[in-house]
Amino acid sequence: MEKPLTKNIQPDRAFATLADYESTGGYLGMRKAITDLQPKEVQQWVKDAGLRGRGGAGFSTGLKWSLVPMDADAPQVRYLVVNADEMEPGTFKDRLLLEKDPHQLIEGIIIAAYAIQATMAYIFLRGEYHLAAQRLAYALLEARSKGYLGKHVLDSGFSLEIVLHTSAGRYICGEETALLNALEGKRATPRAKPPFPLISGLWGKPTVVNNVETLCNVPHILQYGVEWYQGLARCVDKGTKLFGASGRVKYPGLWELPMGTSIREIIEEHAGGMRDGYKLRGFLPGGASTDFLLPEHLDVGMEFDAIAKAGSRMGTGNIIVLDDKTCPVQMVLNLEQFFAQESCGWCTPCRDGLPWTVTLLKDIIAGKGRLEDLDRLAGLTRMLGPGNTFCALAPGAMEPLQSALKYFREDFERYIVGHYDEVGVV
Amino acid sequence: MKMQNKNPRIEGLSPTEIQEINAEMSHYEDKTAVSIEALKIVQKHRGWVSDDCLVAVAGFLDMAPAQLEGIATFYNLIYRRPVGKTVIHYCNSVTCWMMGSEQIREHLCRRLNVALGEMSEDGEYTILPIVCLGACDHAPVAMVGDELKLDLTENAVNEFLGR
Repeated sequence: MEKPLTKNIQPDRAFATLADYESTGGYLGMRKAITDLQPKEVQQWVKDAGLRGRGGAGFSTGLKWSLVPMDADAPQVRYLVVNADEMEPGTFKDRLLLEKDPHQLIEGIIIAAYAIQATMAYIFLRGEYHLAAQRLAYALLEARSKGYLGKHVLDSGFSLEIVLHTSAGRYICGEETALLNALEGKRATPRAKPPFPLISGLWGKPTVVNNVETLCNVPHILQYGVEWYQGLARCVDKGTKLFGASGRVKYPGLWELPMGTSIREIIEEHAGGMRDGYKLRGFLPGGASTDFLLPEHLDVGMEFDAIAKAGSRMGTGNIIVLDDKTCPVQMVLNLEQFFAQESCGWCTPCRDGLPWTVTLLKDIIAGKGRLEDLDRLAGLTRMLGPGNTFCALAPGAMEPLQSALKYFREDFERYIVGHYDEVGVV
Repeated sequence: MKMQNKNPRIEGLSPTEIQEINAEMSHYEDKTAVSIEALKIVQKHRGWVSDDCLVAVAGFLDMAPAQLEGIATFYNLIYRRPVGKTVIHYCNSVTCWMMGSEQIREHLCRRLNVALGEMSEDGEYTILPIVCLGACDHAPVAMVGDELKLDLTENAVNEFLGR
């Protein structure tokens, strides 16, 4: 099985230097793009390859690039921004790519910037990722010394600067328009859309925001071609992806696997199944903001549409496992506390609805809940759902709650009815 | 393009801080874009961002202090109160919570005899919660200063505290 994204990650070295990276064909994709292909052709390759964004939303990467206005009368300043603000609870894939193989990302950035003819790229990195920052800074110097960055990349007419920006920490910075505000030195509140960043982004200029893992796919598409890339997957989605599992499984970890790999294979084979004494109760397939699924969904493949059909989202593809000895109501409380804390406070449903959700859950757990509270929580999942907020934070926060109410209702009721028993109301 | 600033209010900043902030400015379209970097630079040198520092940075960047305060208080990693020499950020997000982060927090607080956000008596440590540190396969985890500590147990905590 081919593993293009992780082929340079080896246990006997801390990270891949420029020499390590080039010894396995690194920067050949960039050479091909800049030397042999027009920007529009690069966009087409990535579109044809079927690469979809790995940050969670799954939008076609090549299509996104092709929507950037590039006519002669379009703005001549364009930006590429790398979303390296990995902070979705339960997600640990981009850190690996950043720390272990920084040149793979840099090559992806150069190709993407060439495709949209951006001469400036920003890497928006989580402030907490200190090791990644060191390795990236080192790799950027190496790339510059080789003439891969700066004026006239590979002696072509294309020039590119990459700036590494480290954030000061806030989950909402992962939302692309909030990220742009943070880069501009503002509070990271999302922006009203439209206009979309592709038309008016950083400092009002056309801007593409791509996730780290997404860009790491790009060099391989250019180097080995569209057909090869499509052949990696086991489903309609293309390529490989870093899938992970955390929680009470035997071997929590991260594995590069073909798109379409079944959740059962990830949890039972790669993660070794549940730890002794624990049973699988359910799981969040792709981070904190995805709906719970149950053991009956284990045979669903990790592909965007299949997981949507099962009632959740692939999200980041890093599975959080719920075991039979962890209370799902308390788990949901932990998730909602996170979202309530990280809400930027810009729009009312999110700013007020999330603390209300937390209060209701705390009351239920403390034995002060009533059965009507479950209807109230269900009402909140609709009020904070898609269409009522400026960004996806609140709708994302409602996904684990709405599915927990559906699948684990008896756990909620046990807290409530138990209390009624005590005070003799029933 | 007036990047170098001669505002008299910059007297609150050290020459090193001013040099570092100016270096950051070259990467951005306008100088207010470095506001977050500037706060981080001041914090790196002084441990936290006092009111005086905030006013000095705002003056240097031609921003209203209230505007910069809105930014300083928005981000998790800018401290507007004094913190210990080493800040311990323990992860309290979902996987770490499942794998015992509450016990780690209790142990840390007991060992250092502090509540969350307080400075230990000797000024060495402050404990703060942080959201997912992206190491869920090694939960529970914490960031001690700049260093990520994995697979935490009470013994591992004692070891890195050296007490």
